[in-house]
Amino acid sequence: MKNFNGNVLFLDRADINTDEIIPARYLTEITKEALKPYLLEDLKFNGFDPEKDIEGKSIIITRSNFGCGSSREHAPWALEVNGINLVIAESYARIFRQNMFNCGMMAVELSSEVIEQLFIECSNLATTIETDFRNNRFIVRSGKKEREISFSISGFDRALVEAGGWVDYADKNY
Amino acid sequence: MGKTVAEKIFDAHFVDNPYGDIYVIKLDSVFCHEITTPVAVNDLVARGKDRVFDPGKIKAVIDHVTPAKDSKTALQGKIIREWAVRNDIRDFFDVGRNGVCHAIFPEKGFVRPGYTIIMGDSHTCTHGAFGAFAAGVGTTDLEVGILKGVCAFHYPKTIKIKVTGELPGGVYAKDVILSIIGQLGVNGATNKVIEFMGPVIDAMSMEARMTLCNMAIEAGGTCGICYPDMTTVDYLWPFIADEYESKTDALNSFQEFCPDTDAVYDDLITIDASNLSPQVTYGYKPDTVKPVSEMHGTPVNQVYIGSCTNGRIEDLRVAAAILKGHKISDSVRGIVSPATPAIFNAALEEGIIKIFMDAGFCVTNPTCGACLGMSNGVLAEGEVCASTTNRNFFGRMGKGGMVHLMSPASAAATAIAGHITNSKLYKA
Ligand code: SF4
Repeated sequence: MKNFNGNVLFLDRADINTDEIIPARYLTEITKEALKPYLLEDLKFNGFDPEKDIEGKSIIITRSNFGCGSSREHAPWALEVNGINLVIAESYARIFRQNMFNCGMMAVELSSEVIEQLFIECSNLATTIETDFRNNRFIVRSGKKEREISFSISGFDRALVEAGGWVDYADKNY
Repeated sequence: MGKTVAEKIFDAHFVDNPYGDIYVIKLDSVFCHEITTPVAVNDLVARGKDRVFDPGKIKAVIDHVTPAKDSKTALQGKIIREWAVRNDIRDFFDVGRNGVCHAIFPEKGFVRPGYTIIMGDSHTCTHGAFGAFAAGVGTTDLEVGILKGVCAFHYPKTIKIKVTGELPGGVYAKDVILSIIGQLGVNGATNKVIEFMGPVIDAMSMEARMTLCNMAIEAGGTCGICYPDMTTVDYLWPFIADEYESKTDALNSFQEFCPDTDAVYDDLITIDASNLSPQVTYGYKPDTVKPVSEMHGTPVNQVYIGSCTNGRIEDLRVAAAILKGHKISDSVRGIVSPATPAIFNAALEEGIIKIFMDAGFCVTNPTCGACLGMSNGVLAEGEVCASTTNRNFFGRMGKGGMVHLMSPASAAATAIAGHITNSKLYKA
């Protein structure tokens, strides 16, 4: 199973699309590793600088409809090779979400209220998350405060994470 | 309880229901292109599983960057080409015979009502125009599709959109779908199938229905679906004449995949198209849509006519009717990419290519190229393109570039004017 613990990168914008996660001009690469320097290169909004803000982060917390646009699995791959295996958002585009679990990564949904609270209370502080996968909860540490947030994950998604992705799961079952 | 189109198709392709509402379904076709397939191929090779579930059900094309523009794209082409040869995939379309995937595969007769299709490309929803369930997937789903011929989906929920009235002159399928996306929002149909129906859809050609279904994904939809009717049968007839006694026979068989009258929908939306005007996007999301008239005068640097949305012969005809006898503005670069060799050929024979060239357009070979900013018309930072494609994300057609999505008619009129303009002014 992949690592779902680490420092949080807060991306305070909805509808972050796959062209912003990894621009099409890098789709000529045929290894995942080659995508590493280009993650979020075209994402532009106030308070985000891809050159400084990605380093050392392992988890993204963001708003709604993350990963909309193209089917490119290069988007999860670009996250994965940067050590980011977990995204937490209000909602996702279908293909992106499926691609994450298909790679044995996680795209977890939390309510807009909880996401909003995390942005208000944690996004200005160094924040880490520890994932208790067995008990469906995140332990969020921000500043001096620690809180627990429970999440839900479907049986299928859990099986994909445990199998290490859809290829291994399907190979065993079909 | 009655069933929707997608429910009927899922039930007819059932393999497994491992968890909750997850259905693993059998695939009738797996489509492949050179951007998303090579990583799957390399992974299969690395796993010692370099094989395909059924070479006759896999169709492949090099379309995004073709002919190759550099050694990286040449390598992508080489990987898919050699894989196709190794695995006896006969329906593989290489340079000279290749075109944009969602235009060439229907043209070759590879889609049927009731089919299940996946491809590593989000606009695979286009093929729903034939009454199929066709969905874009990532490389891992593609890889499993290639190896096992199955894919997992949530059992589909469906939104039914009824388009009533009659399209006014100068208003096309593109305007209808832009206005629908404007209403639904970019995630209004996420995880759902959209059934498009009603008199306006019934009157549409297969080309127009493909334009409509092509952009279902821009509202988050898994697939856009139109009901099979005589227009569908006529389009497919050259490929199915041997399989059916008559067209009526074919129709009866295809209409098994029309929804039941008591099918249950997640949402029902009715749109009256009679008052619709030409539409255009103004922002960086496909749901930022306005009437063209409200954007009149917006300057553009480039006009692009092509792609899986609007690069078909009908689109070129509409644009040519407006361009005929005109020159495009000196301040604009016009680029047209007929979506397939057959479309290019028809456009040549009908004199359409000459009209484009006389007007000052550059005519490229069939390819995705500029649509995703990979070749053949990439924008410079700060430039603006009026485009018949389907995505206006910031930088989509080139880093720092802006895209206004519109119909081929609006794009042609814009090319002449040098700025966004209402195509009514140029009505033939
Ligand atoms: S034409 Fe554009 S949208 Fe269509 S398949 Fe090619 S890149 Fe994708």
